[in-house]
Amino acid sequence: MRDEHARAYWKANVRILTTLLSIWFFVSFVCGILLADFLDNIRFAGFKLGFWIAQQGSIYVFIVLIIVYVFWMDRLDARYQTDSKAANLKAASRQSTTEEDTQP
Amino acid sequence: MSSVQLWTYLFIGLSFGLYIAIAVWSRAGSTHEFYVAGGGVHPVANGMATAADWMSAASFISMAGLISFLGRDGTFYLMGWTGGYVLLALLLAPYLRKFGKFTVPDFIGDRYYSRSARLVAIFCAISVSFVYVCGQMQGAGIVFSRFLEVDITTGVIIGMTVVFFYAVLGGMKGITYTQVAQYCVLIFAYMVPAIFISLMMTGNPIPQIGFGSELTPEYGGGYLLDRLDNLSEQLGFAAYTEGQRGTQDVFFITAALMFGTAGLPHVIIRFFTVPSVRAARTSAAYALVFIGLLYTTAPAVAAFAKTNLMNTVNNAVYEELPEWFFTWENTRLISFEDRNGDGRVQYVGDPALNELTVNRDIMVLANPEIAGLPDWVVALVAAGALAAALSTAAGLLLVISTAVSHDLLKRSLMPQITEKQELRYARIAIFVAILIAGYFGINPPGFVAEVVAFAFGLAAASFFPAIVLGIFYKRMNRQGAIAGMIAGFSFTAIYIIYFKFIAPELSTPAHWLFGISPEGIGTMGTLINTVVALTICRFTPAPPRDIQQMVEEIRLPGH
Repeated sequence: MRDEHARAYWKANVRILTTLLSIWFFVSFVCGILLADFLDNIRFAGFKLGFWIAQQGSIYVFIVLIIVYVFWMDRLDARYQTDSKAANLKAASRQSTTEEDTQP
Repeated sequence: MSSVQLWTYLFIGLSFGLYIAIAVWSRAGSTHEFYVAGGGVHPVANGMATAADWMSAASFISMAGLISFLGRDGTFYLMGWTGGYVLLALLLAPYLRKFGKFTVPDFIGDRYYSRSARLVAIFCAISVSFVYVCGQMQGAGIVFSRFLEVDITTGVIIGMTVVFFYAVLGGMKGITYTQVAQYCVLIFAYMVPAIFISLMMTGNPIPQIGFGSELTPEYGGGYLLDRLDNLSEQLGFAAYTEGQRGTQDVFFITAALMFGTAGLPHVIIRFFTVPSVRAARTSAAYALVFIGLLYTTAPAVAAFAKTNLMNTVNNAVYEELPEWFFTWENTRLISFEDRNGDGRVQYVGDPALNELTVNRDIMVLANPEIAGLPDWVVALVAAGALAAALSTAAGLLLVISTAVSHDLLKRSLMPQITEKQELRYARIAIFVAILIAGYFGINPPGFVAEVVAFAFGLAAASFFPAIVLGIFYKRMNRQGAIAGMIAGFSFTAIYIIYFKFIAPELSTPAHWLFGISPEGIGTMGTLINTVVALTICRFTPAPPRDIQQMVEEIRLPGH
């Protein structure tokens, strides 16, 4: 049962990583390098967009990605902790029974 | 003595006094304190310490200059050295903190249940850190000699003495709190001239915004970057905002720097010093904020300095050049040869007509003078550059000393030694490492500066895949990991040695493997490491039950 929660936690964790790392790859490698010349056609203030992403924007995005990661993982940790606590309580109260545990 | 020198002595004296005071206050009493500062460092403090640990003399002195000569291509330094923190924060730091030991070879050795794996990791950690630390000592020596006109030897010895104080006495504890102070010194020293120059040239005090703003009328008006592109093209250089290198090369270099950043042992061990997994994640965020402040300022400084330099020197009458030109000419960072004898400086792209050679380091070191800033700002840069060099050197020396005393002696060769003995060995190891680093700082072997850039490729090709697979692939076993590390490390090392030392004349895109320069080959090394590890792992037995349980344990939240 603890295992089940652990698996769910790990799955959710991997999902968070995949999402954030896809953005990481898209912004730095796709926008900052592969499409930079194309994006340079768009201008704002004194910047060409591709150049700006490569030398400024990507760094801001990296910072935001880590901050989002911190918040998402805090939430996930909190959920996991209450989940496993609830599961432990249930297990304790049903020590003698053998029926399947239901998800809280 | 000039006023600049007086200010420089004052700032360097004050900052060094501060570092030594911290060293005395934070003496380490146990190996736990010596290796990981007792594991109780606040996330913000660790963020600052990580930033100082990370930003070396190269980041502080050379990076803006490199970018100003590379233009758009300089991007790979900016993205590579910051994007790696995303990988570090998401894929490594929290799990290694949960694992809860002292060093990177600790993790590799335990996770792959093997003394050979530990020894391979020790070898990689020492060689990567060692190449890197010599460059730092050399950087400290150069700053001393240029600003204070003492010779490089004296400069390096002063630097060594200060590092000796806080690293030998306090270990990681002393290093952590001095790094916090050093971050404050270096970021202040970097930002003040940047703000001044942005205000002067664009009227906007924030360099990141001034970068995209219009120049003030004295500087000719129009957007800064447009002006820079025009000036560059007029003089026969490539347009600043256009890339010149091959796209796949830029791609591979960026990736190599990112993987390398995430795999550098002296950065990873900083995350062992915080109290919890949660604190490891938070402090990674703080670290990147603190680093990002300098890394978003650097490209702005690069553009300001380049515009300013071209405006000032091109076609100017040599005799009428401002005073800073002659000061830096004395240090040979800038040199002028009047080829056509017209008494004017021609600074142009065509090598046959160009009369001016500019060292990239001048962009940061002389920037305050070029911009006509007050003497105390000029002096501040010297203190900042020293803070950057010494903080990184200390972090690297600690990796070397823990690799010797903890990983090699305690965990591999003589497990029976007591904690007190281990601590003594750690202090001796760091002391010897300082002496060796100092020796190479004074007598730099020609290859050190070259090789520093390659430390990233080597770290990327050895540690990064071994650690990530160790966490995310439970089935990964000893045989796969060791084979992967050896394959990745040797492939990268051989490629670099071949093109840099054996056949440097062949080092052109036409001869490179898939057009990838030696700087970017670490990415290929990372891939080779991963493929070899996965293949060998398939044909060899799964790791024992207790190791698989350990992997499950480090994936769960908690302390």
